[in-house]
This record gives sequence, structure tokens and C-alpha cells, in this order.
Amino acid sequence: MQQSALIDSAYDKPGHPGIIDDWSADKQTFPVPWGKAMMWIFLLSDIFIFSIFLTGYMTVRMSNPVDWPIASEVFALTIFGYNMPLILIAIMTFILITSSGTMALAVNYGYRGDKKKTTILMVVTAILGASFVGMQAFEWTHLIVDLGVRPWSNPLGAPQFGSTFFMITGFHGLHVTIGVIYLGIVAFKVWRGDYEERGYEIVEIAGLYWHFVDLVWVFIFAFFYLW
Amino acid sequence: MAFVALADRDNDAHLHDPETFITKYVWSQDHKVIAIQYGVVSIFVGLIALALSVMMRLQLAFPESFSFITPNDYYQFVTMHGMIMVVYLLTALFLGGFGNYLIPLMCGARDMVFPYLNMLSFWTYFLSVIILLASFFVPGGPTGAGWTLYPPQTILPGTPGNELGILLMLLSLAVFIVAFTMGGLNYVTTILQARCRGMTLMRMPLSIWGIFTATVLGLLAFPALLVSAIMMLFDLLLGTSFFMPAILSMGEMPDYQGGTPILFQHLFWFFGHPEVYIVALPAFGIVSDILSVHARKNIFGYRMMVWAIVGIGALSFVVWAHHMYVSGMNPYFGFFFATTTLIIAIPTAIKVYNWVLTLWKGNIRLKVPMLFSIGFIFTFTHGGLTGLFLGNVTVDLPLSDTYFVIGHFHMVMGVSPVLVLFAAIYHWYPKMTGKMYNVPMAKAHFWLTFVSAYSLYLPMHYLGILGVPRRYFAYGGAEFIPASAQSLNVGITMASIVLATVQLLFIINLIWALKNGKPSGDNPWEATTLEWQTPETPPKHGNWGPELPEVYRWAYDYSVPGAKLDYIPQNEPHHGQGSVESDSDDAVDETKV
Repeated sequence: MQQSALIDSAYDKPGHPGIIDDWSADKQTFPVPWGKAMMWIFLLSDIFIFSIFLTGYMTVRMSNPVDWPIASEVFALTIFGYNMPLILIAIMTFILITSSGTMALAVNYGYRGDKKKTTILMVVTAILGASFVGMQAFEWTHLIVDLGVRPWSNPLGAPQFGSTFFMITGFHGLHVTIGVIYLGIVAFKVWRGDYEERGYEIVEIAGLYWHFVDLVWVFIFAFFYLW
Repeated sequence: MAFVALADRDNDAHLHDPETFITKYVWSQDHKVIAIQYGVVSIFVGLIALALSVMMRLQLAFPESFSFITPNDYYQFVTMHGMIMVVYLLTALFLGGFGNYLIPLMCGARDMVFPYLNMLSFWTYFLSVIILLASFFVPGGPTGAGWTLYPPQTILPGTPGNELGILLMLLSLAVFIVAFTMGGLNYVTTILQARCRGMTLMRMPLSIWGIFTATVLGLLAFPALLVSAIMMLFDLLLGTSFFMPAILSMGEMPDYQGGTPILFQHLFWFFGHPEVYIVALPAFGIVSDILSVHARKNIFGYRMMVWAIVGIGALSFVVWAHHMYVSGMNPYFGFFFATTTLIIAIPTAIKVYNWVLTLWKGNIRLKVPMLFSIGFIFTFTHGGLTGLFLGNVTVDLPLSDTYFVIGHFHMVMGVSPVLVLFAAIYHWYPKMTGKMYNVPMAKAHFWLTFVSAYSLYLPMHYLGILGVPRRYFAYGGAEFIPASAQSLNVGITMASIVLATVQLLFIINLIWALKNGKPSGDNPWEATTLEWQTPETPPKHGNWGPELPEVYRWAYDYSVPGAKLDYIPQNEPHHGQGSVESDSDDAVDETKV
């Protein structure tokens, strides 16, 4: 019902005069639906959660009296007899970034009102996300079973390596899992035709969350695998 | 892009009138009912915390007399008193209570933007309170680590409640943060997106500015507490060592190594200092409005007040380590944080000057809310001035572990916000219930509260300068503490008993007035803001009847020269009546029409 009532802004000015107009007028401060504004504000809060997690990780790592394990050795897989550092994580990152692409396409088709393509692209996004979580589970298994890393101990060096790794990638994996469920629900409702009258804003709102989760991954990837 | 002003929207679409008792009062999605639910629960836990503080005072005054208060009990009382008061009473009542009640009414909205989420927020808060109170009944009792929960002692044996107590405390905090986030997203989105026609940001009452900024602070600061709670839960349950160094505890080496307790202190205070302003900013805003209404004068320097609120909010994120001068961090940090701390005194002082200048030559009506608000100016100024001492590293070091600190923060963020809460409850009670409380009883409540609070906390500063350490269960025969300090302790305890007892007057008065109070009328204070202009009192579901209000002026048109009455409501159009909103360009244009 919000979307149907939306009209074009007569106030639109480019650059900062437009921003000043938006903030000093008696209209909605952001020319977006309520749900989208709220998602942005939530993401701002979530950014702080992840930043604090990563800051905590950096502190614990730098103040640690024991050496940190070397990333290219820990995160390596032996495939066909070749030792390939960071191969799994490269594939995982590729998949997650790809899922952002399919999500963006889904948003586009949503606004065109193309129910079928939107549903398909959202399902593809969810499947890519689920496969990311699956590969993360594989990586955790590798660390736990093959290398003996635990949250409380680590035969390769500082015990905080395991603690921070499992906590932060776990927290991110939780976000991805929630995202997969969220996308699944929205995709189902798109397919059922719930948004034909109300508009497809919700696809973009789910997309915002999904892109955020991907973006966070880039930072986690850099701090854990490249440092 | 597209937008639509709220007034242009089919604004009844999301309203569905509640029908049964359950949907009306229990699983209610009406912001006013949710506000009262938040209020009742938070005042209830606040009374528990009050009782705990009296027990602490009794122990300190008569150290040998109460066999049922053991040292462990004492530390548990300290911890629970602090945590309940700061988080579960003040944060919940200001934002969950008054935020919920005032935002839609003062902004001219029908409800919060997502009422269902709002309902969820309250019930999640309720769950967190139950988890918190459950810790009184588990083996070992609640945690006794102090409200700051500093590791390593929080989870080492020897600290009371180091197993289940601390577990429940951390869980409860995490659940509270979830509840706050759901509510806070609603408050911010409602203020930004759902104001009525004519309500620009710079026409909003200062209460809304205070609540808005505090909620933003909360959304950005609570993550630090959430993260540190998660990390400490892992230390506790999984045996990780985020905050736990290798340590010798009671002759044993627990299985920890390599963690850093200072990290927890940083994370905690990165939350903890904004938390001070999460409590203080709504109080600043509300007290500004109440002073203006009852002094029949516009608030002095409205724009300055808004920017001071926003400035304090921004600065509050860069001062946290002034709580950690004694932690052994780098002295250059101390220099930085002392500087930022003293800078924050500037916007704060602007606010105090503006409150006083609002009173200056006003037509002051000494109603009950006004008494509490003027009382707040006193307590807040005193608490703020002692803050200048503690903000300087060299002065802080000898005072940090003494009663000076207790006196300071109880004055500035204990008594002061609580006085504003009383003022706000007495101010908006007629709107919430349609009834007026017993005024002589409320005035007695004010004077007894004010005098006993002063005699409770002012002597503590003196005790602190004498060097009486805080956090002690009993002082024994310590030679550096003169005997007179102990007699002062007895006096302080007497004041605290009086203070606690007179709160009964408040509770009784409110409950009594529900049934027996005289009808208050729609606008007993002759105030200008929108919540006093509702068609019904108390406002019905949807607040405004068929038409949303439209705002033509700022919130402070009191004693306008040439006007019929000494106040002009915000939703009254300009019919040749002047406005003192002189610093707003568009208002000047409108007055010409």
C-alpha cells in the first residue's frame, strides 16, 4: 500500500541542496518506503556489530603472546596431489559475490513486475548462499577434524585463532543462513503473487540485506585469509 | 525517486482496531499501551533495584548488625542494583516508555511505523527481565562482579554467581539488546519518515530530538555490549580466552591463556559511555519541554539546544576511555580522552545556561512537573561539575576508587534522570489516564525526594575526598578512615531510607488517581505540542480521529505578544497571530500571509 501511493518527487535536486531539502522539509526524510529505511538503519547497526567483532579480533591477534598460524598454510587444500592455498575460500568468495549479481538481477526483474524471473533469480541466489554455508561447514570440518583446531585450543599456534575464526565466520554464516531463509520466504511470496499490487520493494529490501552480508564477507575474507 | 508525505497517504490502511481484551491490553500493537507496559515493568524492576540499594546502605552503616547480608550478597546487590537501574529501568523507561508514548503523538503519527515489531520489542524486553530476575533463584545467585562485569574476576571462582548468575546476566543483556533494536528501529524510522504535514525536523519538540538522538546512540553502542557479551559467554561456556589471560586464581591455574581483559573494558565502555547519554539525552529533551511549558516562555535557543543534543551524541562516542584511566593504558590515550571529555562539557553547559535562561523572567507556574525539572537543573549542575574533576587524569587517579565517583555518577545519571522521569510522569499522566493525581501529595513527594537525595549524595563527595574506598563490604578498623566518616555513613543511610520510603507516595498517588483522580481535561497545562491536542483524552487507537493534524508553527509559542491566549498550539493556523519562531525562514514567510 505504500508503494502504490508513491509519487514522483517535485523536490528532487541533485547533490547536497537536495539533501538539505530532504532534511528540512515536512515530508519523509528519505524518499523510500518505511521498510527500506528501516533496513538501512538496521544495517548501520549491524555494521557496528561486525566492526566490533573484527576490531576485537585484531586486538586479540596483535596482543597475543603466541604466534598466529600462517593463513596460506592453514587454509590450503590438497587436490590431485597439488597443495593449493586458499583454493576453497576463493571458490566460496566467488560464489557469494556471484549471488550478489543474481540478487541484483532479481531486484531489477521485480521492479519490472516479472514474477517468474524474479522468483527464479531469488531461488538461485538462495541456492548459491546455501552452497556457501555448505562449503563453510566443509571448511570447519577440515579445521576441526584434520587440523585439530578447536574454539578453545589450536595445535598450530595461538588458541585465539580458533576462537575468533569460529566465532566470526560462524556469526557471518548465521547471517547467510538467515538470509537464505528470508530469500526463500520472499521468493515464495513473489511466486504466489503477493506483491503484484503492493509493489516489489520487499525484493529490494531483502537484496539490501543480502548485499550487506556479501560486503561483510569481503572484510572477513581480507582480515582472516589475507593477513 | 518517489516519496509521499504521510498526510497524503491512505493512512488508515495499516490500522485494525483491537477487539478483545487480549489484543487491547496484552498483545497490544498500540504504541500507547506498549509504552505503559514498558513503564510498569521497568518501574517494577526499578523498585527491586531500590530495595537492593537500601540493603547495601544498611550494611555500610551498621556493618556488624545484619547477619543475613554476607559479603557475597553485598556484591550481588551492587551488581544487580547498577545493571537494573541503568539498563532495565532508565533505558527501558525513557526509550521504551516515553519514546513509545511521545514519538507518534508529538510527531503527529497514528502509531509507530511497524506496530507488530513494536509489540515484539516489549515482549522481548519482558523476557529479558524474567531471565534477569531468574538469576536470583539459581544456585550461586546472581553475579556479583560489579555492573561493569570486568573479566577475569567475573568468571573466576570466588566471585559470587560466577557460573549460572553471570550466564543469565549475559543472556538477559543479549535479549534486551534484541528488544531494544526492534524498538529503536521503529523510533528512528517513525521520526524520520512518519511526521505529519508541517512537522519539519526543526519544529519537533526537544523531547523528540533527545529521544531520537539517544535511540541512534543506542543502535550504534549496544552492538559493543552484544559482542562483548557473546565473547564472554564463549569464555564462560566453551573455554575460549578472549578476555582471559593466563592467571593464578585461588592457587590454581585455570585453563586460560593469551586473552586481554583490557579489550573487554574498551568494548564495555564503548557501549557504556554512550549509554550515559542514552539515558541523559531524553532527559535533556523532556526537561526542556517541561520547563518551557511551565515557564510560559519559548525554550531559549531552540536551534542551539538541538545542535547541543546532536553534538553531545556524536562526542559521546569518543570519550569512553575516561572510565579507564586507572586501567594502565597508554598515557597519551589519557590525554586524548581527557581533552574530548572536557570538550563535551561545552554543549552540556550550553544546555544548562539555556534552561536557566528559559526560566529567566518567565511566568513560572510551580506545578509538580516544574518542581522536579528545576530540581533536575540543580542536581545535574552539581553532578556535571564533579565530572570536570574526574575527567582530568591526574585528579581522577586518586579519586577513582572512592565514594567521590559514587557521588558523581549518582548525581549526574542517577538522581537527575530519575527526577526527569518523575517530572515526565507527572506531566503526561493526565494525558495517559485522563485523571489528575493528588497535587499536595505529589509536592510532598518532590520535596522529600529532593532533600533526601541531596543529603544522600552530597556527603559522598566528602567521603571520597577523605579517601573512603568504594566497593567495600565493610571497613573494619582501617586507620586512614576517620571515625567521623562512619557517622556520616549512618547519616547517608538514614537519608537513603527516607528516599526509598517516600517513593511509596509516588506509587500510591498514581494508583489512587487512576480511580479517584479528578478529570484532567484535554490540556491541563495549556501546552502547545500535538499530544495535548488529541480529540480524546486519553487518545484512542489511531490517536487523531479521522484527520491527521497539520502543524503550522514550532512547539514553543508561549506568551506571544498580541495572541489571544498565552499559548498557541502547534496545529493552529496563522490568522494574523505572530510567532516567535523568528530564526526559521519559512516561518517568517508564513507570518506575512
